[in-house]
Amino acid sequence: MKAGSRLEKILSSGQFAVTGELGPPRGADVEVIKKKAEHLRGMVDSINVTDNQTSVVRMCSMAVCKLLLEMGLEPNLQMTCRDRNRIAIQSDLLGAYALGIKNVLCLSGDHNKFGDHPQAKNVFDIDSMQLIQTVKQMRDDGKLLSGQECEGVPKFFIGAAVNPFGDPFDFRPVRLAKKVAAGVDFIQTQCIYNMDKFREYMKRVVDMGLAEKCYILAGITPLKSLGMARYMARFVPGLDVPDYYLKRLAGVEKKKQAEEGIKIAVEQIQEIREIEGVAGIHLMAIEWEHKVPEIIKAAGLYPRPEVE
Amino acid sequence: MSTFEPKVIAFCCSNCASAAAQVAEQACWQLPSNVRIIQLPCTGRLDSLHVLKALENGADGVYVAGCMPDSCQYKSGVEKATKKIAYVKKLLEDIGIEPERVELFNVGAGKAQRFIEVANQMVEKIKELGPSPLR
Amino acid sequence: MVVAERKPIKEILAMMADYKKILLVGCKGCVTVCCAGGTKEVGILASALRIAKKKEGKPFEVIEKTLERQCDPEYIEQVAPIVEGEGVEAILSMACSVGPQYLAKRYNVPVYPALNTTFIGGSLEHGVWAEFCQACGNCIIHYFGGICPIARCSKSLLNGPCGGSAGGKCEVSPEIDCAWHLIYERMKALGKLDELTKIFPIKDWSTSRDGGPRKVVREDMKL
Repeated sequence: MKAGSRLEKILSSGQFAVTGELGPPRGADVEVIKKKAEHLRGMVDSINVTDNQTSVVRMCSMAVCKLLLEMGLEPNLQMTCRDRNRIAIQSDLLGAYALGIKNVLCLSGDHNKFGDHPQAKNVFDIDSMQLIQTVKQMRDDGKLLSGQECEGVPKFFIGAAVNPFGDPFDFRPVRLAKKVAAGVDFIQTQCIYNMDKFREYMKRVVDMGLAEKCYILAGITPLKSLGMARYMARFVPGLDVPDYYLKRLAGVEKKKQAEEGIKIAVEQIQEIREIEGVAGIHLMAIEWEHKVPEIIKAAGLYPRPEVE
Repeated sequence: MSTFEPKVIAFCCSNCASAAAQVAEQACWQLPSNVRIIQLPCTGRLDSLHVLKALENGADGVYVAGCMPDSCQYKSGVEKATKKIAYVKKLLEDIGIEPERVELFNVGAGKAQRFIEVANQMVEKIKELGPSPLR
Repeated sequence: MVVAERKPIKEILAMMADYKKILLVGCKGCVTVCCAGGTKEVGILASALRIAKKKEGKPFEVIEKTLERQCDPEYIEQVAPIVEGEGVEAILSMACSVGPQYLAKRYNVPVYPALNTTFIGGSLEHGVWAEFCQACGNCIIHYFGGICPIARCSKSLLNGPCGGSAGGKCEVSPEIDCAWHLIYERMKALGKLDELTKIFPIKDWSTSRDGGPRKVVREDMKL
């Protein structure tokens, strides 16, 4: 065991893992977090807490992770390089571990241009690849980037994100190999809609032997409506929503689109479970946490396994 | 204000507009006396500063008479002048001078009637606007 | 070259609100090439300022002068007779921000920048300039096929491309080429894709602005 988190135990025992996601509020309200988290209780093995996603100011990921711990839930701290330099990053990692956080997801971060503070000065002192290396060095060598020995070593289970649908497609498996070489333990992918392309990506990843070196969790975001699907297709760079899902949603009346979206997600999960090299799913039900139980149950992923 | 006779400067292309002026002369069509012509080898030669200087020195209006967009002898001269006029208009707007005091007209070679027309049109427009605030 | 663009004329007019006589100084260096502050732009700005002031009925005199450069003290010295002898109330500089700083250091009158200094770059076509360098102080472009990921990737990623790269464009704007896509294609064409499989180490930014204001000293060039 590298960190001994619940997520690590499930993955290392060969069981299909399910992670969820919780977006902190744009304010200091703890109740919002509790409400969202309760929907996820017992449904997922670990909960990602986003770090000012899309560069919109929200309650800090670390604080929300601590609140989840107090609720008896396992958090996965998302950490971006957009807002912190290497000093703040290492400091936050030490603090997070001291609070009992054992999973960390290393991200470059969405550009601040997209958020509510496009005037902000961004940081990008190191990138996601180098962040993985940093966390690994702290964990395995017990040393900070300066070479300073850690007084108390943070033992994190190290995660990262990949987008199989970003361009250039041929380079994407290579970039995953770099993350593996950097020391990543688990991967959560960008939302998958184009299943054929994902299969092709996974085939290449498996052929390169990467699926044996890290656990790959396939990203699923249920489509709430035709409007959302269209938005994702058109405006989210690097997201590939095939026309047949748009047509399928357009084919049902508006009231039933949510239901159809859930049906699509469940089918996707079932298909994904058959793909070689996939160790679990990462379910990002954006502002739709209350639908998670329905999806997990329909996908036959409930109940979640117990761990020691 | 009815007695106001504006001073208008016309930068004319030596190919199209000047040919038009000649035809107009032969036909005894009078250019308004307020318009003073400055010939350019091609309106592509026009500089933003030419227009500004004219205004600064007391012109009430300035216009460019150039070729039709697709018939410039130097291919893109009038296109360049069009962009410069747009630039000057924006500049004038920013400093509180009516951008309509500056204009570009595509006249076309030998189109005498059109040549006289735009001159009259410009003089009328400037009469509407009144004297330049720089006078 | 250093690329700059003129500030909005209203902003410049506000700076000049209280003055009756100014010196407008252009620069024949970079800003002439990028059409922001050469002799021609000095002429246009001077004319526009005079027109605007005349319209307000305020007397305003602009002395126009364009120097060889504004980033060397000897050229700055050339306007001393004008500044000190002709009752100039303020200096408006059309150089990159080095120029107004040099002028401010030399002369005891208020100095104003007429330009916004935007970046170190080059021209893509007539009238279009783009950023190519961020002056990090330790050039690494040869590792990336001659394309700078620091200046040209929106996130300055040294191990890109990020997940937002789509169709060769950056997630920040379809107007921006994804630098990492360019790097990938270039390395492929060079038969050097293998080099991109290595993780590029964390960069030492102390040679960049992060190490404080920088200085270059050439002992052999000193007089």
